[in-house]
Amino acid sequence: MDLKQSDHGDTRIITVSEPRIDAAVAIQFKDQMRELIAAGPDRVILDLSRVGFIDSSGLGAIVASMKQATGPQRLELAGLTRNVQKVFALTRMDRVFTIHPDVSSITGGLADAG
Amino acid sequence: MGGGGLHVLFPATQTSVRRALSTAMSALRGFGVDDDTRATAEIVLAEALNNVVEHAYEDRGHGIIELEAWRDGRILRFRLRDDGLPMPGNVIPERLPSDILIGTADLPEGGFGWSLIRDLTVDLAYHRDGTRNELCFGLSMSPV
Repeated sequence: MDLKQSDHGDTRIITVSEPRIDAAVAIQFKDQMRELIAAGPDRVILDLSRVGFIDSSGLGAIVASMKQATGPQRLELAGLTRNVQKVFALTRMDRVFTIHPDVSSITGGLADAG
Repeated sequence: MGGGGLHVLFPATQTSVRRALSTAMSALRGFGVDDDTRATAEIVLAEALNNVVEHAYEDRGHGIIELEAWRDGRILRFRLRDDGLPMPGNVIPERLPSDILIGTADLPEGGFGWSLIRDLTVDLAYHRDGTRNELCFGLSMSPV
């Protein structure tokens, strides 16, 4: 599971560099997210702009990751592609997450801390 | 419309399900199915097939899945068969309750699959025939 992270001030962006988050990779995804969130700043954005397909296992793994962000920490989403957006809308999870159109709208105003 | 449809058998593993989905998507393109309907088909098929892998064959950990798909005018028809455990109570599971969104701490991390299948399909039917499960459903194709 290829997840890339970059920190911009107090915001961490995690980019999923795989075309699918499905049952075959959901557990791996959840485990990696747990580490990245635990060691991350208060604001973590999951960039899904390269993900073209998600199933209910993948969705469950993202929900689990969000629930893992506790206290002041929160997980937000960015860059949902059409089919991913569809799954979020049908399950009404689009009402649960803060969803940004793309990461550039977030990083545009943030200094890159590498 | 070129005759026939899709008919594949494959092992009940997550890797094989991925491959079968890819085969099915190519076949649907061949049937002249539009992008939107194919995307919906991929969601529904992924849920139905993964349910077989994770539940029907959960006791023995292996098995075979049979998938058929064909076009029936503006409806895509699918039939899935397996020789695994029956659905609980011999019925298709219900949707998740719609009041789940009240508290984020209690959000479900699973159970979305049947909600998606029920929301997206028509003519959803399940039969247990001896030791065999058969799940049939249709997808209305997007308006031209």
